[in-house]
Amino acid sequence: MAETALTASGYIKHHLQNLTYGKIPEGYENAGSWGFAHSAAEAKAMGFMAIHVDTMFWSIFLGVLFLFVFRKAAKYATEGVPGGLQNFVEWIVEFIDSSVRGSFTAKNPIVAPMALTLFVWILLMNLMDLVPVDWLPQLAGVVGSAVFGVDPHHVYFRVVPTTDPNATFGMSLAIFALTLFYGIKVKGIGGFMAELTMQPFEAKSLPVKILLMPINFFLEFVGLISKPISLSLRLFGNLYAGEMIFILIALLFSSGIGLGIFAGVLQWAWAVFHILIVMLQAFIFMTLAVVYMEMAHHSH
Amino acid sequence: MNINLTLIGQSITFALFVWFCMKYIWPPVIGALEARRKEIADGLAAAERGQHEQELAEKRAAEHIKEAKGQASDIISQAQKRANEIVEEAKDDAKTEAERIVTGANAEIEQETNRAREQLRQEVVSLAIAGAEKILKREVDKDAHASTLDDLATQL
Repeated sequence: MAETALTASGYIKHHLQNLTYGKIPEGYENAGSWGFAHSAAEAKAMGFMAIHVDTMFWSIFLGVLFLFVFRKAAKYATEGVPGGLQNFVEWIVEFIDSSVRGSFTAKNPIVAPMALTLFVWILLMNLMDLVPVDWLPQLAGVVGSAVFGVDPHHVYFRVVPTTDPNATFGMSLAIFALTLFYGIKVKGIGGFMAELTMQPFEAKSLPVKILLMPINFFLEFVGLISKPISLSLRLFGNLYAGEMIFILIALLFSSGIGLGIFAGVLQWAWAVFHILIVMLQAFIFMTLAVVYMEMAHHSH
Repeated sequence: MNINLTLIGQSITFALFVWFCMKYIWPPVIGALEARRKEIADGLAAAERGQHEQELAEKRAAEHIKEAKGQASDIISQAQKRANEIVEEAKDDAKTEAERIVTGANAEIEQETNRAREQLRQEVVSLAIAGAEKILKREVDKDAHASTLDDLATQL
């Protein structure tokens, strides 16, 4: 359990607060200087000019881990009999390659590596959800109090980057930017604008066309914007809900031995089920990103 | 759950990861996969070619054997023919030789016969002369009647 002094809602809130670094706002200790937020309200008051250190740390750590392992395999990749690591990497690469080939028909060297990065990276970030919810935050609290002399109550630490909407929106916005870039590059600025304004309602005469433009633009724009939002919210929502259930199960551990054992069983069962969700969400995110890229390359 | 700089940080991180993956991971792995696929395809093609060649070789070998058998039977029949010829020739030779021997023998016999006849004739002439001498009781002048006696001898 985290802190015995905490109430259940305090425990949950503590678990859902990111470690935020930013300019400390007015009305708090050391206002004006840069530092870590000591409470959720303080983090909120920091506004946009703040950064979630835990999210960045884990996402970069896991991403670098992925790149390191894959780079190692790629460096010594031979066409002969592959070793264990190469075999594993080839298996994933081939899986990604075949699913990209299935849904992406144009030629663009960025799409398949992007899909690979998305899938493995998101999968690794999601898998952090399977680490018991208290282990790493507790460890961070201990390190925080021992090394930096901070009250462990104020050390917030979330280990699953994909439960931070910043992470999922960050990825989906990058993909959105790529789709816009390639959409304009392939269709030209005129073709791109035409796609936004000339459909779904089409007309033969020019005045009617102009009349239909705002309606078409409204519909298409909503469709365009909804893609990155739905993409990131789907991943965020699934993982956030999963993490929340883990936290709720963890709450049961403090409610006596009977409920504690029950919670252990529940946690195991949810973890097993969660493996499926984790894989599925990574795969869905990757596939949809590829599909959006495909849509950017072809007029529909 | 505040939206802040993390958003931009994540976008940049993601872009860097994709760039790294595109530059240093994807090409070598896919290259190795392609190369292996090609190697396997080549191997399979070579195996098929080998099999095809073996089939051809078997067919050729069968043809060779057939040809060799034909040649062998040709040779055997020729040899048989030649043997027959030799036998025939030998027979002919023997026949000629036999004829020659028979002719030689006949000639010799005739010669002998002639010689015997000549001898007989001489003896008959002598006997006849002796008889005539006895009959005439006088000596016949051999020299005076030599031509007469020779005539007689030839007539016998």
